[in-house]
Amino acid sequence: MIKHEQIEKSVGLLIVLTLLTVIWGGLLEIVPLFFQKSTTTPVDGVKPYPAVNLAGRDIYVREGCFLCHSQMIRPFRAETERYGHYSVAGEFVYDHPFQWGSKRTGPDLHRVGGRYSDEWQRAHLINPRDVVPESNMPAFAFLADVKAKDTVGADIEKKMEVMRGYANARGIPTYSDEEIKGAKAAIGDKTELDVLIAYLQGMGTALKNVK
Amino acid sequence: MSDFVSEFWNMYVIVIVVGSILACAILLFMQSKATFTPGKTMGHVWDETLEEYNNPMPRWWSWMFIITIIFGFVYLALYPGLGSNKGILGWTAVGQHKAEVAKMDATVKPLFDKYLAMDLKAVAGDKQAMEMGKRLYLTYCMQCHGADARGAKGFPNLTDADWMYGGEPDQIKESIANGRMGVMPPHEQLGADSIKDLANYVRSLSGLPNDSVRSAKGKETFASAGCVGCHGMEATGMAAVGAPNLTDKVWLYGSSEAVITETIAKGRQNQMPAWKEFLGDAKVHLLSAYVIGLSQGAK
Repeated sequence: MIKHEQIEKSVGLLIVLTLLTVIWGGLLEIVPLFFQKSTTTPVDGVKPYPAVNLAGRDIYVREGCFLCHSQMIRPFRAETERYGHYSVAGEFVYDHPFQWGSKRTGPDLHRVGGRYSDEWQRAHLINPRDVVPESNMPAFAFLADVKAKDTVGADIEKKMEVMRGYANARGIPTYSDEEIKGAKAAIGDKTELDVLIAYLQGMGTALKNVK
Repeated sequence: MSDFVSEFWNMYVIVIVVGSILACAILLFMQSKATFTPGKTMGHVWDETLEEYNNPMPRWWSWMFIITIIFGFVYLALYPGLGSNKGILGWTAVGQHKAEVAKMDATVKPLFDKYLAMDLKAVAGDKQAMEMGKRLYLTYCMQCHGADARGAKGFPNLTDADWMYGGEPDQIKESIANGRMGVMPPHEQLGADSIKDLANYVRSLSGLPNDSVRSAKGKETFASAGCVGCHGMEATGMAAVGAPNLTDKVWLYGSSEAVITETIAKGRQNQMPAWKEFLGDAKVHLLSAYVIGLSQGAK
């Protein structure tokens, strides 16, 4: 039997036992999620992000949109009335990493796809106050000055291959060789603003109209 | 019908959960054997004088521990948690949401039904319906049309008497239910010079300062380039395609020559999203009535 004193005086043993204690919770709460159908199978209509949306998603991550916007509609009436169908795990199978967020300074964005026109998204991202005077969201006008192919689109093929690796490991549908080859062409001369809007407009549309 | 890919994971969760609770119980049992001996320490000394007493846990603490263990088993019996076991109560997050929605629907349905059966104009005159419409408007519409419904650049003012797609109650309801798609095409093929002529002509239509030579040429282009197809011979617009009246003083994007030039050259394809599927007929009806009410008395 290990004595109290031995644990306290042997740093190595202390580290190993601390890790074991921490791992215990994860073993129970996290590991089984990898083996649940509802978390690993895409729901009908959810497809891998097209190249343009994938690039736009990187803008979303880069600009820290997740700090103020969640992508997680909880199954409460107050939320489903405002945002639409609650989020389900199978909608996030192509998100690496997911953008659920944990704070809503702004509204949830999981079902923002198609909610507003492209024109609105453009005006709103360039200066939110132009369309919503009460808004305290920062302006992202600078996104319109940079071509996506020079930044988030520069290594898009590589990114898609990595995503394909994840999908293949789980045996779910993924990109074809043609889609990866055509990625650069799909992004073309679009600005960072354009690809971000494409990402936003594709968001949460698979379950959009289910009430 | 387990959600797990194999029965193993069901057992895995059950074994760890039950095992963890039992381990806590055993630990508690072992601790309860300890007796109180005044001055008994753990046997080690830190920083010359720092010692740790080896006393049993306070009784109330042990009881909290025991209650927690009992609570754990009761909880696992009632609610889902033990692998794919559904629990005696059959509770699910989805079920709770459904019940919550059904309860509220039952409360508001008589109201919705009452207004749905009424004529839009009559609903617009109902104080309670307008209150409800306002709540709906502030949730779903203000992002584009503004909290005061006066719109913004590219997003129509709903408080005036000008309607791109027609101001009849049914036309307004159609706009909200099925959305509208702007179809002003780009005309860059006309060349910068002709576009400038057109812009001057459009400005002349509503009495704004313009170059008369250019506007005269623009008038010809207006007819020959097909503008009349949507905006009409008199440029008074066509509600069926949402072509605005160019002779009034209402400007969706602005009336400066630069903005009009941009509109003609690049086109405008803004869009009103369709709300029927998302909101349902009753809410669309109330919102339509609210919008009708907003512009009542406007000229």
